[in-house]
Amino acid sequence: MAQLLRSGCSGRVLCSGAVGAARSMSTAWWRHVEPAAKDPILGVTEAFLADPSPNKVNVGVGAYRDDNGKPVVLECVREAERRIAGNLNMEYLPMGGSVNMVEETLKLAYGENSDLLKDKRIAAVQALSGTGACRLFADFQKRFSPDSQIYIPVPTWANHHNIWRDAHVPQRTFHYYHPQSRGLDFASMMDDIKNAPNGSFFLLHACAHNPTGVDPSEEQWREISHQFKVKGHFAFFDMAYQGFASGDPERDAKSIRIFLEDGHLIGCAQSYAKNMGLYGQRVGCLSVVCEDEKQAVAVKSQLQQLARPMYSNPPVHGALIVSTILGDPDLKKLWLKEVKGMADRIIGMRTALRENLEKLGSPLSWEHVTKQIGMFCYSGMTPEQVDRLTKEYHIYMTRNGRISMAGVTTGNVGYLANAIHEVTKSG
Amino acid sequence: MSDSVFASVVQAPEDPILGVTVAYNKDQSPVKLNLGVGAYRTEEGKPLVLNVVRKAEQMLVNDQSRVKEYLPITGLADFNKLSAKLIFGANSPAIQENRVTTVQCLSGTGSLRVGAEFLARHYHEKTIYIPQPTWGNHPKVFTLAGLSVKSYRYYDPSTRGLDFSGLLEDLGSAPSGAIVLLHACAHNPTGVDPTSDQWEQIRQLMRSKGLLPFFDSAYQGFASGNLDADAESIRLFVADGGECLAAQSYAKNMGLYGERVGALSIVCKTADVATRVESQLKLVIRPMFSNPPIHGASIVATILKDGDMYTEWSVELKAMADRIISMRQQLYDALCARGTPGDWSHIIKQIGMFTFTGLNTNQVAFMTKEYHIYMTSDGRISMAGLSSKTVPHLADAIHAAVTSAA
Repeated sequence: MAQLLRSGCSGRVLCSGAVGAARSMSTAWWRHVEPAAKDPILGVTEAFLADPSPNKVNVGVGAYRDDNGKPVVLECVREAERRIAGNLNMEYLPMGGSVNMVEETLKLAYGENSDLLKDKRIAAVQALSGTGACRLFADFQKRFSPDSQIYIPVPTWANHHNIWRDAHVPQRTFHYYHPQSRGLDFASMMDDIKNAPNGSFFLLHACAHNPTGVDPSEEQWREISHQFKVKGHFAFFDMAYQGFASGDPERDAKSIRIFLEDGHLIGCAQSYAKNMGLYGQRVGCLSVVCEDEKQAVAVKSQLQQLARPMYSNPPVHGALIVSTILGDPDLKKLWLKEVKGMADRIIGMRTALRENLEKLGSPLSWEHVTKQIGMFCYSGMTPEQVDRLTKEYHIYMTRNGRISMAGVTTGNVGYLANAIHEVTKSG
Repeated sequence: MSDSVFASVVQAPEDPILGVTVAYNKDQSPVKLNLGVGAYRTEEGKPLVLNVVRKAEQMLVNDQSRVKEYLPITGLADFNKLSAKLIFGANSPAIQENRVTTVQCLSGTGSLRVGAEFLARHYHEKTIYIPQPTWGNHPKVFTLAGLSVKSYRYYDPSTRGLDFSGLLEDLGSAPSGAIVLLHACAHNPTGVDPTSDQWEQIRQLMRSKGLLPFFDSAYQGFASGNLDADAESIRLFVADGGECLAAQSYAKNMGLYGERVGALSIVCKTADVATRVESQLKLVIRPMFSNPPIHGASIVATILKDGDMYTEWSVELKAMADRIISMRQQLYDALCARGTPGDWSHIIKQIGMFTFTGLNTNQVAFMTKEYHIYMTSDGRISMAGLSSKTVPHLADAIHAAVTSAA
């Protein structure tokens, strides 16, 4: 246990040992605290909400909206909640979270019949959505691979940088997005993978890359996996959009399955924020594939040691919703249908946006709008163009030109296309 | 298959507190008793969901207009305001002057962690003084947040009460500006609280040395049965116009354990400072969990903002506190009746969910082995886990441990 105090002066001017009014009570501890910069993403919604314009459009934060621009609670979720309410107690979950929820979640990522699951080789804990899963992994990485760094794609979700920074893991970047083609800079990405020191840690977006919507093809994933083998790299997958990208969860997990086939021992962050619409419930999972069951037990115990001083144990409500849905074949079927519905609507909006822009006679190519996948479209617009969209058209998005397609509706796609055309037509 | 980069990871030891329940669950004995983790149990030994909480939950479920969107980083605004009022008092000048920033966090643990990370980044003193003993998780929370941990004397084993002079001495020799963790009421694990007079002396000493109070309030309403009385220590400090931090948990007093509902408040000198502090708290929260879980906070807000539901809650809360006080009395009486050697009056003098029995690790191990009593090895028992039916069994166990085990 910690030391008792030694009395006496530490050399500080104010430490006189006497209980006198050495310090004025009016000393404010926080006068030097600077106002922090607004979060670039969540700040957009704040600004949107404050705007009184009737035409305003929010294509900022990545939360799904229906065709009326309204948030959606899935039917399967409402039903699960009805079943849960009033039934169960609210006792603490174990530190590792809901065992049921974790089991079902691993099936989604690794496959129902995965040998890894049968052989109990996956260390997994419930986490606070994707953010919490990434943060727990980053803390774990710091503690158990203290000399490692994390390679992060350019660009990536802004909070990734914050997470690994707060975990005190040094960061490097690797090429990913190719601005000219608005696609993948595969050659440079492979170069970076080859040039990184053997055994480096890489952050990969499993599908529906955020913010670009640009994913490697299956062939490209195979090459990446192969190169990772050659270099002995560690792959950490952030999968926030399983089911949401193509509409088919199995298909969206393809990148992970390729790596597993090749024998990689991966890490994976999963989130139910988007694909089950459980945003505010903060439900997710962190998993780490190990060599054997014993190692998985050890790793899980250490993950719990990191969770305990952060929040003790994770919230039960969202986890119950997930395990209720995934544990009931009918509810699970309903969920799969609803996820596909969301993905299809987004794919439909991509097509509509592109067609509208082409009809307006835009001089630019908007092919990327339909080639990119998932919630976001990396439009290629500059910050200045984005600012014009906001100022002149009350359209809210992040300044990197990322459009949340979920915010696009049949009602506003024309207005959006027109505005984009206006600010980009001069090149 | 490649080698794991984590091949050298060794298995971590069980959490001492949560590990007790794990061991209890494995035990097949019909007379087993779980006095480990501090979760309330009814007289029937069952977990309890308060009626008013069920009511609030139903209201939420039935409200079709409710969505599950992300909360802001700082959490549910209503919840934050109401939580501040609950702990500081509705008429607190600090609140009226907008000098308080409150952010929703993951129960007490999460509130402590966020507060500590903020201090580690923005406060000039990186040392926190914690009472000896304290909740097992405190040291790790602060260490991982980047603070260094020292302790101050608190519990006196010989009296099973407060080592007040030791406390004053240790805080008196802390460097000016150091952070001091204070249990607002119902000290965990000892159940020993300072009296009002003693709190006033502590306040004077701390303010004269510029020590920064960081309150952990996990049992408001649970200790005495009265929400205002249990917040007296905190309000004393806020009333003098100074600054402090307060971590609040609704795990016990609203029975929302697994929902992870809590709040961190920082009382600042001015409204402007409070605004800036809040913006920095967001930067701590975002890379930790982005925004807090909505469900539990919505339940709390629903209850706190409705006059009738608030009253209903305070009645149910008092009933829980009263049952615990009654268990204390029953256990004390049972030990007296058995003539168990020693002075057991601390059982009725201590307050809150826990009793620091004074039993040593050998005695505890004996009780587990021979009587299937599960408790933490420091001799702490959760009174909430007792019932009129099980008090005799515990009393027998303690009697046997004291008279036979070392």
